[in-house]
Amino acid sequence: MSTDYYASGADTTDGKVFTVTGQDWDSIAQGLSDEEMAERVVVNMGPQHPSTHGVLRLILELEGETVTEARCGIGYLHTGIEKNMEFRSWTQGVTFCTRMDYLSPFFNEMTYVLGVERLLGIEDDVPEKAQVMRVLLMELNRISSHLVCIATGGMEIGALTVMTIGFRERELVLDLFELITGLRMNHAFIRPGGVAQDLPHGALDEIRSFIALMRKRLPEYADLCNANPIFKGRLEGVGHLDLEGCLALGMTGPVLRSTGYPWDLRKTQPYCGYETYDFEVQTWDTSDAYGRFRVRLNEMWESLKIVEQAADRLAKLDGAPVMVADKKVAWPSQLAIGSDGMGNSLDHIRHIMGESMEALIHHFKLVTEGFRVPPGQVYVPVESPRGELGAHVVSDGGTRPFRAHFRDPSFTNLQATSVMSEGGMVADVIVAIASIDPVMGGVDR
Amino acid sequence: MTDNDATDQMPENVPAPTGEVHEVGVRHGMFGVHGTGDTSGYGGLVRPTVYPGDAQRPYGGWYDEVADALEVATPRVVIDRGEITFHVRREDLPTVAKLLRDELKFELLSGVSGVHYPDDHGAELHAVYHLLSMTYNRRIRVEVTAPDADPHVPSLVPLYPTADWHERETFDMFGIVFDGHPALTRILMPDDWPGHPQRKDYPLGGIPVEYKGGSVPPPDQRRSYN
Repeated sequence: MSTDYYASGADTTDGKVFTVTGQDWDSIAQGLSDEEMAERVVVNMGPQHPSTHGVLRLILELEGETVTEARCGIGYLHTGIEKNMEFRSWTQGVTFCTRMDYLSPFFNEMTYVLGVERLLGIEDDVPEKAQVMRVLLMELNRISSHLVCIATGGMEIGALTVMTIGFRERELVLDLFELITGLRMNHAFIRPGGVAQDLPHGALDEIRSFIALMRKRLPEYADLCNANPIFKGRLEGVGHLDLEGCLALGMTGPVLRSTGYPWDLRKTQPYCGYETYDFEVQTWDTSDAYGRFRVRLNEMWESLKIVEQAADRLAKLDGAPVMVADKKVAWPSQLAIGSDGMGNSLDHIRHIMGESMEALIHHFKLVTEGFRVPPGQVYVPVESPRGELGAHVVSDGGTRPFRAHFRDPSFTNLQATSVMSEGGMVADVIVAIASIDPVMGGVDR
Repeated sequence: MTDNDATDQMPENVPAPTGEVHEVGVRHGMFGVHGTGDTSGYGGLVRPTVYPGDAQRPYGGWYDEVADALEVATPRVVIDRGEITFHVRREDLPTVAKLLRDELKFELLSGVSGVHYPDDHGAELHAVYHLLSMTYNRRIRVEVTAPDADPHVPSLVPLYPTADWHERETFDMFGIVFDGHPALTRILMPDDWPGHPQRKDYPLGGIPVEYKGGSVPPPDQRRSYN
């Protein structure tokens, strides 16, 4: 037997410390049995661990395999996005906040942009086509986000096929994003006043074929998981949190809906015209990880319905504006893809540099200086795949956000880790956290 | 007065009643250039930063019902852009929150957001709470302030357990001490981090970036047009 120097343990002021690197359980068990310390073990899980959903650090106190206390350590992905936004113009802020919850970038952009639009008082002036495109992108994004949740959640309990097919379908959504926005993530596509670009040619056909394909492929998840005894055995009754617990802990999204309470901001406090789409709020009544899985699965079907309706509307809105008419808010240039594949706006550059001094001044005033937003504060939440995502946007009348604070559902929901996993088995901690679906980029911002 | 009175067409042009203007700081100049370069005269502009003033009764709709219930705390009420804000004294916060949760069915505390107004003298630090009543489908905002010299606000964790991490984050970023919080420690920044990064007096930091012979200063040292 080769000697594992790390697993043999080292004595510290906090007791004996073992570094577990995998496949070294024997030497650790041996080290533990040497002393009378086996009854209480504190395990540091993460921040680098394949099943903690990113850089989440779990501090688990174990008795045997039972978790007696569970605590989260977060902050490993804190990048100061909120602080950075205070030093950029209102439009540039989108570029930052899209990077927070990297699995649902459009929702980050949307809640911030809705806030800015309410501050500007242009909520009703946003063109219909922009709103429909926003809804389309958000619902596609909901599908891709739920796919990752189901895929990684499946992987963590050993259902590797769920992982591979989940990422297979997500790739299709990302291809659509790339076609429409130019990027697979970090789009910065939804801007105050509308969206950055019109729908490219052929996008509607691609969306329609995607919908047709998804209708064939979504049943695969149900076939693989819904009645699978191992899958159900791992998920049912795990991570239980009832309605009362959800409200006390501020839980929203699929976790709340898995208690049977149909709270969905798209229905209860509609934005972007969601009240005009035909879809159902999905609930389940088991309050456990299995219920959350089923809620997410059903929500993908509903999102598909909304995407289809949005595509139908877009077909009728060909050539309609996608940005407010107010030239003091709308970006002056429209980017075009050149022969080298890079986006630029040569016509616009020729216009401002060679033809019109006024256009150059206008470009400078809007792009470099930015527009001013009247003082005040707003909070306009949206229903992200994980729950209520809201931006508290404060303006002091300047060209930059005075303060933008994001109430991220991952951050709030992760607080339930202790309640969901204490008293259960170590293996169930993973399932419970996967059912919350935290994205650390959103938690730490 | 004619029918074409400007204030009829644009109600926002109606001057606020005296004494109700809430002024937080002033803004100097227009192009962010100080001391040199500006020959336009705009650099001499001085404009106060005025936040929306107090609302007058009746507030309309369910606003009055909530305001009546909170009368014990004599809040300052601001209704702006369709959102209602109750500014309460920080010592009244637990009372107000308990009323809101138990009597007015604001079951869900969406979160706590700190804001640092360095020029709002005597009330530099604001803690802003967003509450949601799922029963009635209502949303309100409750705002409390604390001076820099005494940054204490009562904790809402006993009433809304969800406030736990939110208050830790606000403490971490602004240095607001939430009295009564079970374990008020830093949450996003490292435990031994000096200072509170989201405060306005805390620099953004960064180094100049060089690219193709040019050098771009860090964002907080670039010319700003704010």
